[in-house]
Amino acid sequence: MSRLLAANILRFLLLVPIQVLVLDNINLGGFVNPYLYVLFILLLPFEISGWALLFFSFLIGLSVDFFSGTMGMNAAASTLMAYTRPYVIRRVGMNKDFDPGTQPSLFVQGFQWFFMYSLILIFIHHLVLFFIEVFRFSGFWSTLQRAVFSTLFTLVLVIILQYLLGRPSKK
Amino acid sequence: MQRLFSFIIRYNFTFLFLLLEVLAFVFIVQNNYQRATFLNASNGFTGSILHTYSNISEYFSLKKTNVLLAEENMMLRQQLESSYLVTDTNVFHRKDSLFRFLKANIIRNTVNRQKNYITLDKGSRHGIKKDMGVIGSKGVVGTVVEVSKNYSKVMSLLHIQNKINARIKKNRHLGNLEWSGGDYRIGNLTDIPNHVALYRGDTIITSGNSHIFPEGILLGTVHEYSNNSEEKFNTAQINLSVDFNNLHHVYVIVNLMKQELEKVEGKEEE
Repeated sequence: MSRLLAANILRFLLLVPIQVLVLDNINLGGFVNPYLYVLFILLLPFEISGWALLFFSFLIGLSVDFFSGTMGMNAAASTLMAYTRPYVIRRVGMNKDFDPGTQPSLFVQGFQWFFMYSLILIFIHHLVLFFIEVFRFSGFWSTLQRAVFSTLFTLVLVIILQYLLGRPSKK
Repeated sequence: MQRLFSFIIRYNFTFLFLLLEVLAFVFIVQNNYQRATFLNASNGFTGSILHTYSNISEYFSLKKTNVLLAEENMMLRQQLESSYLVTDTNVFHRKDSLFRFLKANIIRNTVNRQKNYITLDKGSRHGIKKDMGVIGSKGVVGTVVEVSKNYSKVMSLLHIQNKINARIKKNRHLGNLEWSGGDYRIGNLTDIPNHVALYRGDTIITSGNSHIFPEGILLGTVHEYSNNSEEKFNTAQINLSVDFNNLHHVYVIVNLMKQELEKVEGKEEE
Protein backbone atom coordinates (compact mmCIF):
# COMPACT_ATOMS: atom_id res chain seq x y z
CA MET A 1 0.00 0.00 0.00
CA SER A 2 2.73 2.42 0.96
CA ARG A 3 4.60 1.48 -2.21
CA LEU A 4 1.58 2.48 -4.23
CA LEU A 5 1.38 5.78 -2.39
CA ALA A 6 5.08 6.45 -2.95
CA ALA A 7 4.76 5.60 -6.62
CA ASN A 8 1.90 8.07 -7.04
CA ILE A 9 3.70 10.86 -5.20
CA LEU A 10 6.79 10.25 -7.31
CA ARG A 11 4.68 10.31 -10.47
CA PHE A 12 3.15 13.63 -9.44
CA LEU A 13 6.54 15.16 -8.70
CA LEU A 14 8.03 13.97 -11.99
CA LEU A 15 5.17 14.60 -14.40
CA VAL A 16 4.67 18.29 -13.55
CA PRO A 17 8.23 19.41 -14.41
CA ILE A 18 8.33 17.11 -17.45
CA GLN A 19 5.10 18.66 -18.68
CA VAL A 20 6.10 22.26 -18.05
CA LEU A 21 9.75 22.21 -19.03
CA VAL A 22 9.85 19.64 -21.84
CA LEU A 23 6.48 18.76 -23.32
CA ASP A 24 5.09 22.29 -23.44
CA ASN A 25 7.88 23.08 -25.88
CA ILE A 26 6.98 20.25 -28.22
CA ASN A 27 4.58 20.99 -31.01
CA LEU A 28 4.17 18.92 -34.11
CA GLY A 29 2.99 20.80 -37.17
CA GLY A 30 2.69 23.96 -35.14
CA PHE A 31 -0.33 22.99 -33.10
CA VAL A 32 -0.24 19.44 -31.78
CA ASN A 33 1.17 19.10 -28.32
CA PRO A 34 0.89 16.40 -25.65
CA TYR A 35 -0.36 16.74 -22.10
CA LEU A 36 1.27 13.71 -20.57
CA TYR A 37 0.63 14.76 -16.95
CA VAL A 38 -2.87 13.21 -17.25
CA LEU A 39 -1.06 9.89 -16.88
CA PHE A 40 -1.09 10.61 -13.14
CA ILE A 41 -4.90 10.71 -13.14
CA LEU A 42 -5.13 7.61 -15.34
CA LEU A 43 -2.95 5.55 -13.03
CA LEU A 44 -4.47 6.48 -9.67
CA PRO A 45 -5.51 3.28 -7.83
CA PHE A 46 -8.95 1.84 -8.50
CA GLU A 47 -10.23 2.00 -4.95
CA ILE A 48 -9.21 5.62 -4.37
CA SER A 49 -12.00 7.54 -2.66
CA GLY A 50 -13.96 10.05 -4.68
CA TRP A 51 -12.78 13.17 -2.92
CA ALA A 52 -9.10 12.14 -3.22
CA LEU A 53 -9.49 11.42 -6.93
CA LEU A 54 -11.03 14.84 -7.56
CA PHE A 55 -8.74 16.72 -5.24
CA PHE A 56 -5.44 15.32 -6.52
CA SER A 57 -6.51 15.68 -10.14
CA PHE A 58 -7.41 19.29 -9.45
CA LEU A 59 -4.06 19.75 -7.73
CA ILE A 60 -1.93 18.40 -10.57
CA GLY A 61 -3.86 20.48 -13.09
CA LEU A 62 -3.37 23.56 -10.97
CA SER A 63 0.35 22.84 -10.58
CA VAL A 64 0.77 22.68 -14.34
CA ASP A 65 -1.27 25.89 -14.66
CA PHE A 66 0.87 27.62 -12.12
CA PHE A 67 4.00 27.18 -14.20
CA SER A 68 2.35 27.64 -17.59
CA GLY A 69 0.61 30.89 -16.70
CA THR A 70 -2.73 29.43 -17.74
CA MET A 71 -4.32 29.67 -14.31
CA GLY A 72 -7.30 27.32 -13.96
CA MET A 73 -7.50 25.82 -17.47
CA ASN A 74 -5.69 22.57 -16.80
CA ALA A 75 -7.30 22.36 -13.36
CA ALA A 76 -10.79 22.57 -14.88
CA ALA A 77 -10.02 19.94 -17.52
CA SER A 78 -8.33 17.59 -15.05
CA THR A 79 -11.17 17.81 -12.55
CA LEU A 80 -13.72 16.96 -15.22
CA MET A 81 -11.57 14.06 -16.35
CA ALA A 82 -11.38 12.76 -12.77
CA TYR A 83 -15.13 13.16 -12.37
CA THR A 84 -15.83 11.02 -15.42
CA ARG A 85 -13.20 8.39 -14.55
CA PRO A 86 -15.45 6.11 -12.43
CA TYR A 87 -18.13 6.15 -15.15
CA VAL A 88 -15.59 5.36 -17.85
CA ILE A 89 -14.20 2.47 -15.80
CA ARG A 90 -17.73 1.11 -15.47
CA ARG A 91 -18.58 1.66 -19.14
CA VAL A 92 -15.42 0.16 -20.57
CA GLY A 93 -16.11 -2.81 -18.33
CA MET A 94 -14.02 -4.55 -15.77
CA ASN A 95 -14.09 -8.18 -16.78
CA LYS A 96 -12.78 -9.27 -13.41
CA ASP A 97 -12.77 -7.76 -9.96
CA PHE A 98 -9.60 -5.88 -9.20
CA ASP A 99 -7.43 -6.77 -6.25
CA PRO A 100 -7.19 -4.10 -3.58
CA GLY A 101 -4.19 -1.88 -4.03
CA THR A 102 -3.98 -2.11 -7.80
CA GLN A 103 -3.94 0.60 -10.40
CA PRO A 104 -5.02 0.57 -14.04
CA SER A 105 -2.34 -1.17 -16.03
CA LEU A 106 -1.86 -2.30 -19.59
CA PHE A 107 -0.52 -5.63 -18.40
CA VAL A 108 -3.16 -6.48 -15.82
CA GLN A 109 -6.35 -5.35 -17.56
CA GLY A 110 -5.13 -6.01 -21.05
CA PHE A 111 -4.24 -3.77 -24.00
CA GLN A 112 -7.75 -3.30 -25.32
CA TRP A 113 -9.19 -2.24 -21.98
CA PHE A 114 -6.35 0.14 -21.22
CA PHE A 115 -6.45 1.62 -24.71
CA MET A 116 -10.16 2.43 -24.60
CA TYR A 117 -9.99 3.67 -21.01
CA SER A 118 -7.09 6.04 -21.78
CA LEU A 119 -8.47 7.16 -25.13
CA ILE A 120 -11.83 8.25 -23.73
CA LEU A 121 -10.42 10.02 -20.67
CA ILE A 122 -7.60 11.78 -22.52
CA PHE A 123 -10.01 12.93 -25.21
CA ILE A 124 -12.39 14.40 -22.61
CA HIS A 125 -9.49 16.22 -20.98
CA HIS A 126 -8.01 17.61 -24.19
CA LEU A 127 -11.35 18.61 -25.66
CA VAL A 128 -12.26 20.63 -22.58
CA LEU A 129 -8.79 22.11 -22.30
CA PHE A 130 -8.65 23.35 -25.89
CA PHE A 131 -12.16 24.80 -25.82
CA ILE A 132 -11.53 26.61 -22.54
CA GLU A 133 -8.35 27.98 -24.04
CA VAL A 134 -9.99 29.63 -27.04
CA PHE A 135 -13.15 30.38 -25.04
CA ARG A 136 -15.36 30.52 -28.11
CA PHE A 137 -17.04 28.16 -30.54
CA SER A 138 -16.07 29.87 -33.77
CA GLY A 139 -13.38 27.84 -35.42
CA PHE A 140 -15.00 24.78 -33.88
CA TRP A 141 -13.47 22.34 -36.34
CA SER A 142 -9.93 23.56 -36.00
CA THR A 143 -10.15 23.33 -32.21
CA LEU A 144 -11.65 19.85 -32.49
CA GLN A 145 -8.86 18.87 -34.84
CA ARG A 146 -6.26 20.11 -32.38
CA ALA A 147 -7.91 18.11 -29.60
CA VAL A 148 -8.05 14.92 -31.66
CA PHE A 149 -4.44 15.01 -32.82
CA SER A 150 -3.13 15.98 -29.40
CA THR A 151 -5.16 13.16 -27.84
CA LEU A 152 -3.51 10.65 -30.17
CA PHE A 153 -0.08 12.08 -29.38
CA THR A 154 -0.66 11.86 -25.62
CA LEU A 155 -2.14 8.37 -25.95
CA VAL A 156 0.91 7.10 -27.82
CA LEU A 157 3.19 8.50 -25.12
CA VAL A 158 1.07 6.94 -22.35
CA ILE A 159 1.18 3.52 -24.00
CA ILE A 160 4.91 3.71 -24.70
CA LEU A 161 5.49 4.63 -21.05
CA GLN A 162 3.37 1.69 -19.95
CA TYR A 163 5.55 -0.68 -21.97
CA LEU A 164 8.73 0.90 -20.66
CA LEU A 165 7.92 1.37 -16.99
CA GLY A 166 4.55 -0.19 -16.27
CA ARG A 167 5.49 -3.88 -16.21
CA PRO A 168 4.28 -5.48 -13.00
CA SER A 169 7.23 -6.45 -10.86
CA LYS A 170 7.55 -10.15 -10.10
CA LYS A 171 6.79 -11.16 -6.59
CA MET B 1 -32.07 21.01 6.85
CA GLN B 2 -31.06 17.52 7.80
CA ARG B 3 -32.35 16.24 4.52
CA LEU B 4 -30.28 18.82 2.70
CA PHE B 5 -27.17 17.64 4.51
CA SER B 6 -27.86 14.01 3.78
CA PHE B 7 -28.45 14.96 0.16
CA ILE B 8 -25.09 16.70 -0.01
CA ILE B 9 -23.33 13.79 1.68
CA ARG B 10 -24.97 11.31 -0.65
CA TYR B 11 -23.81 13.20 -3.71
CA ASN B 12 -20.54 14.45 -2.22
CA PHE B 13 -18.60 13.32 -5.29
CA THR B 14 -20.64 15.54 -7.57
CA PHE B 15 -20.68 18.43 -5.14
CA LEU B 16 -16.92 18.39 -4.69
CA PHE B 17 -16.58 18.21 -8.47
CA LEU B 18 -18.80 21.27 -8.94
CA LEU B 19 -16.96 23.13 -6.22
CA LEU B 20 -13.55 22.50 -7.77
CA GLU B 21 -14.80 23.40 -11.24
CA VAL B 22 -16.17 26.68 -9.97
CA LEU B 23 -12.86 27.35 -8.29
CA ALA B 24 -11.00 26.59 -11.53
CA PHE B 25 -13.22 28.94 -13.51
CA VAL B 26 -12.74 31.68 -10.94
CA PHE B 27 -9.01 31.31 -11.56
CA ILE B 28 -9.53 31.40 -15.33
CA VAL B 29 -11.63 34.55 -15.22
CA GLN B 30 -9.27 36.24 -12.80
CA ASN B 31 -6.32 35.38 -14.97
CA ASN B 32 -8.04 36.72 -18.06
CA TYR B 33 -9.15 40.02 -16.63
CA GLN B 34 -6.64 40.85 -13.95
CA ARG B 35 -3.50 39.10 -14.95
CA ALA B 36 -1.55 40.69 -12.15
CA THR B 37 -2.70 37.96 -9.78
CA PHE B 38 -0.74 35.32 -11.57
CA LEU B 39 2.24 37.49 -12.13
CA ASN B 40 2.65 38.44 -8.50
CA ALA B 41 2.41 34.82 -7.54
CA SER B 42 4.98 33.93 -10.13
CA ASN B 43 7.50 36.43 -8.87
CA GLY B 44 9.39 34.33 -6.41
CA PHE B 45 9.06 30.63 -6.87
CA THR B 46 8.07 29.91 -10.45
CA GLY B 47 10.00 32.92 -11.68
CA SER B 48 13.29 31.64 -10.32
CA ILE B 49 12.67 28.11 -11.62
CA LEU B 50 11.82 29.35 -15.10
CA HIS B 51 14.84 31.60 -14.96
CA THR B 52 17.21 28.71 -14.19
CA TYR B 53 15.62 26.61 -16.88
CA SER B 54 15.95 29.30 -19.54
CA ASN B 55 19.58 29.80 -18.52
CA ILE B 56 20.22 26.14 -19.30
CA SER B 57 18.17 25.92 -22.48
CA GLU B 58 19.83 29.04 -23.85
CA TYR B 59 23.09 27.17 -24.28
CA PHE B 60 21.57 24.93 -26.91
CA SER B 61 20.84 27.78 -29.26
CA LEU B 62 23.92 29.92 -28.59
CA LYS B 63 25.33 29.38 -32.05
CA LYS B 64 22.15 30.46 -33.81
CA THR B 65 21.76 33.42 -31.48
CA ASN B 66 25.30 34.52 -32.23
CA VAL B 67 24.66 34.50 -35.95
CA LEU B 68 21.50 36.55 -35.46
CA LEU B 69 23.29 39.12 -33.34
CA ALA B 70 26.17 39.36 -35.80
CA GLU B 71 23.72 39.96 -38.64
CA GLU B 72 22.03 42.64 -36.62
CA ASN B 73 25.36 44.27 -35.83
CA MET B 74 26.21 44.31 -39.50
CA MET B 75 22.93 46.00 -40.30
CA LEU B 76 23.44 48.59 -37.58
CA ARG B 77 26.99 49.33 -38.71
CA GLN B 78 25.67 50.10 -42.15
CA GLN B 79 23.48 52.73 -40.59
CA LEU B 80 26.36 54.48 -38.87
CA GLU B 81 27.07 57.94 -40.11
CA SER B 82 30.59 56.95 -41.09
CA SER B 83 29.16 54.39 -43.49
CA TYR B 84 27.58 57.06 -45.63
CA LEU B 85 29.24 59.21 -48.21
CA VAL B 86 28.81 62.82 -47.21
CA THR B 87 28.47 65.07 -50.25
CA ASP B 88 26.82 68.10 -48.77
CA THR B 89 28.66 69.57 -45.81
CA ASN B 90 26.26 72.44 -45.36
CA VAL B 91 23.44 70.40 -43.97
CA PHE B 92 23.66 70.03 -40.27
CA HIS B 93 21.69 67.30 -38.53
CA ARG B 94 20.96 67.35 -34.89
CA LYS B 95 19.50 64.05 -33.84
CA ASP B 96 17.44 63.59 -30.74
CA SER B 97 16.41 60.17 -29.57
CA LEU B 98 12.74 59.29 -29.88
CA PHE B 99 12.94 55.66 -28.86
CA ARG B 100 15.02 53.89 -26.30
CA PHE B 101 15.59 50.12 -26.26
CA LEU B 102 15.85 47.95 -23.16
CA LYS B 103 17.44 44.55 -23.49
CA ALA B 104 15.53 41.63 -21.93
CA ASN B 105 15.70 37.85 -21.91
CA ILE B 106 12.77 35.53 -22.45
CA ILE B 107 12.25 33.09 -19.61
CA ARG B 108 9.07 31.52 -20.88
CA ASN B 109 7.54 31.39 -24.32
CA THR B 110 4.93 29.20 -25.96
CA VAL B 111 3.83 28.92 -29.59
CA ASN B 112 1.36 26.06 -29.37
CA ARG B 113 -1.56 27.76 -27.67
CA GLN B 114 -4.17 30.04 -29.19
CA LYS B 115 -3.27 32.80 -26.79
CA ASN B 116 0.47 32.77 -26.41
CA TYR B 117 2.26 34.88 -23.85
CA ILE B 118 5.94 35.51 -23.27
CA THR B 119 7.52 36.16 -19.88
CA LEU B 120 10.53 38.50 -19.71
CA ASP B 121 13.09 38.72 -16.93
CA LYS B 122 12.76 42.50 -16.63
CA GLY B 123 10.00 44.44 -14.89
CA SER B 124 8.98 47.82 -13.56
CA ARG B 125 12.26 48.00 -11.64
CA HIS B 126 14.03 48.17 -15.01
CA GLY B 127 11.71 50.74 -16.49
CA ILE B 128 9.25 48.52 -18.31
CA LYS B 129 5.66 49.70 -18.39
CA LYS B 130 2.41 48.37 -19.74
CA ASP B 131 1.75 48.81 -23.50
CA MET B 132 5.38 48.97 -24.52
CA GLY B 133 6.38 47.20 -27.73
CA VAL B 134 8.76 44.24 -27.80
CA ILE B 135 10.93 43.40 -30.80
CA GLY B 136 13.57 40.80 -31.56
CA SER B 137 16.49 41.22 -33.90
CA LYS B 138 14.29 39.97 -36.76
CA GLY B 139 11.17 42.00 -36.09
CA VAL B 140 8.10 42.50 -33.94
CA VAL B 141 7.50 40.09 -31.07
CA GLY B 142 4.57 41.53 -29.11
CA THR B 143 3.29 44.05 -26.59
CA VAL B 144 3.75 44.21 -22.82
CA VAL B 145 0.42 43.54 -21.10
CA GLU B 146 1.41 43.14 -17.47
CA VAL B 147 4.35 44.22 -15.37
CA SER B 148 5.47 43.20 -11.91
CA LYS B 149 8.56 44.32 -10.07
CA ASN B 150 10.99 41.90 -11.69
CA TYR B 151 9.08 40.31 -14.55
CA SER B 152 6.77 41.31 -17.33
CA LYS B 153 4.26 39.44 -19.43
CA VAL B 154 4.11 40.06 -23.15
CA MET B 155 1.17 39.31 -25.40
CA SER B 156 2.87 37.53 -28.24
CA LEU B 157 2.14 38.30 -31.87
CA LEU B 158 0.83 34.73 -31.76
CA HIS B 159 -2.37 35.59 -29.90
CA ILE B 160 -5.73 35.30 -31.60
CA GLN B 161 -6.87 38.67 -30.27
CA ASN B 162 -3.72 40.42 -31.33
CA LYS B 163 -3.87 43.18 -33.94
CA ILE B 164 -0.92 45.26 -35.11
CA ASN B 165 -1.12 48.18 -37.45
CA ALA B 166 0.96 47.28 -40.49
CA ARG B 167 2.14 48.88 -43.70
CA ILE B 168 3.05 47.46 -47.08
CA LYS B 169 6.54 48.78 -47.54
CA LYS B 170 6.57 49.37 -51.29
CA ASN B 171 3.37 51.37 -51.64
CA ARG B 172 2.79 52.47 -48.05
CA HIS B 173 -0.76 51.11 -47.86
CA LEU B 174 -2.05 50.18 -44.44
CA GLY B 175 -3.45 46.92 -43.10
CA ASN B 176 -3.67 44.96 -39.89
CA LEU B 177 -1.51 42.02 -38.93
CA GLU B 178 -3.40 39.30 -37.09
CA TRP B 179 -2.87 35.67 -36.18
CA SER B 180 -5.61 33.10 -36.59
CA GLY B 181 -4.09 30.29 -34.55
CA GLY B 182 -2.51 27.25 -36.12
CA ASP B 183 0.92 27.59 -37.66
CA TYR B 184 3.23 29.85 -35.66
CA ARG B 185 5.08 30.91 -38.80
CA ILE B 186 2.09 32.29 -40.68
CA GLY B 187 0.16 35.48 -39.92
CA ASN B 188 -2.62 37.28 -41.77
CA LEU B 189 -2.57 40.78 -43.17
CA THR B 190 -6.19 41.93 -43.23
CA ASP B 191 -7.98 45.01 -44.55
CA ILE B 192 -5.95 45.33 -47.75
CA PRO B 193 -7.91 47.55 -50.18
CA ASN B 194 -8.73 45.57 -53.34
CA HIS B 195 -6.99 48.02 -55.68
CA VAL B 196 -3.63 47.33 -54.08
CA ALA B 197 -1.39 44.92 -55.94
CA LEU B 198 0.55 42.62 -53.71
CA TYR B 199 2.97 39.86 -54.63
CA ARG B 200 4.74 37.05 -52.91
CA GLY B 201 7.81 38.32 -51.10
CA ASP B 202 6.59 41.89 -50.57
CA THR B 203 7.74 43.28 -47.25
CA ILE B 204 5.32 44.16 -44.45
CA ILE B 205 6.50 46.58 -41.77
CA THR B 206 5.02 48.38 -38.78
CA SER B 207 3.11 51.50 -39.72
CA GLY B 208 4.31 53.84 -36.99
CA ASN B 209 0.73 54.98 -36.45
CA SER B 210 0.59 53.58 -32.94
CA HIS B 211 2.95 54.86 -30.30
CA ILE B 212 4.08 51.36 -29.50
CA PHE B 213 6.37 50.57 -32.41
CA PRO B 214 8.47 52.97 -34.49
CA GLU B 215 7.83 52.88 -38.20
CA GLY B 216 9.60 50.34 -40.37
CA ILE B 217 10.12 47.42 -38.05
CA LEU B 218 9.87 44.17 -39.95
CA LEU B 219 6.76 42.04 -39.53
CA GLY B 220 7.13 39.58 -42.39
CA THR B 221 6.85 38.97 -46.09
CA VAL B 222 3.84 38.05 -48.19
CA HIS B 223 3.42 34.31 -48.50
CA GLU B 224 0.23 34.08 -50.51
CA TYR B 225 -2.23 36.62 -51.79
CA SER B 226 -5.11 36.42 -54.20
CA ASN B 227 -6.90 39.63 -55.02
CA ASN B 228 -10.65 39.18 -54.94
CA SER B 229 -12.04 42.32 -56.57
CA GLU B 230 -15.57 41.65 -55.33
CA GLU B 231 -14.49 42.06 -51.74
CA LYS B 232 -13.68 45.54 -50.64
CA PHE B 233 -10.85 44.38 -48.44
CA ASN B 234 -8.70 41.31 -48.86
CA THR B 235 -6.48 39.20 -46.68
CA ALA B 236 -2.95 38.00 -47.38
CA GLN B 237 -0.95 35.28 -45.70
CA ILE B 238 2.29 36.51 -44.23
CA ASN B 239 5.49 34.63 -43.41
CA LEU B 240 6.35 36.06 -40.00
CA SER B 241 9.93 37.25 -39.86
CA VAL B 242 10.50 36.25 -36.23
CA ASP B 243 11.06 32.59 -35.44
CA PHE B 244 9.01 32.41 -32.25
CA ASN B 245 10.14 28.90 -31.53
CA ASN B 246 13.73 30.05 -31.16
CA LEU B 247 13.69 33.37 -29.40
CA HIS B 248 15.83 34.34 -26.43
CA HIS B 249 16.88 37.96 -26.54
CA VAL B 250 14.48 40.81 -27.17
CA TYR B 251 14.33 44.58 -26.85
CA VAL B 252 11.57 46.48 -25.12
CA ILE B 253 10.81 49.78 -26.83
CA VAL B 254 10.38 52.90 -24.75
CA ASN B 255 8.72 55.73 -26.62
CA LEU B 256 10.11 58.86 -25.02
CA MET B 257 7.45 61.09 -26.57
CA LYS B 258 4.50 58.88 -25.71
CA GLN B 259 3.11 61.04 -22.93
CA GLU B 260 3.30 64.15 -25.05
CA LEU B 261 1.72 62.39 -28.03
CA GLU B 262 -1.14 61.04 -25.97
CA LYS B 263 -1.69 64.40 -24.38
CA VAL B 264 -1.99 66.22 -27.66
CA GLU B 265 -4.17 63.51 -29.18
CA GLY B 266 -6.41 63.40 -26.16
CA LYS B 267 -7.01 67.12 -26.46
CA GLU B 268 -7.87 66.80 -30.11
CA GLU B 269 -10.70 64.44 -29.31
CA GLU B 270 -12.32 66.63 -26.72
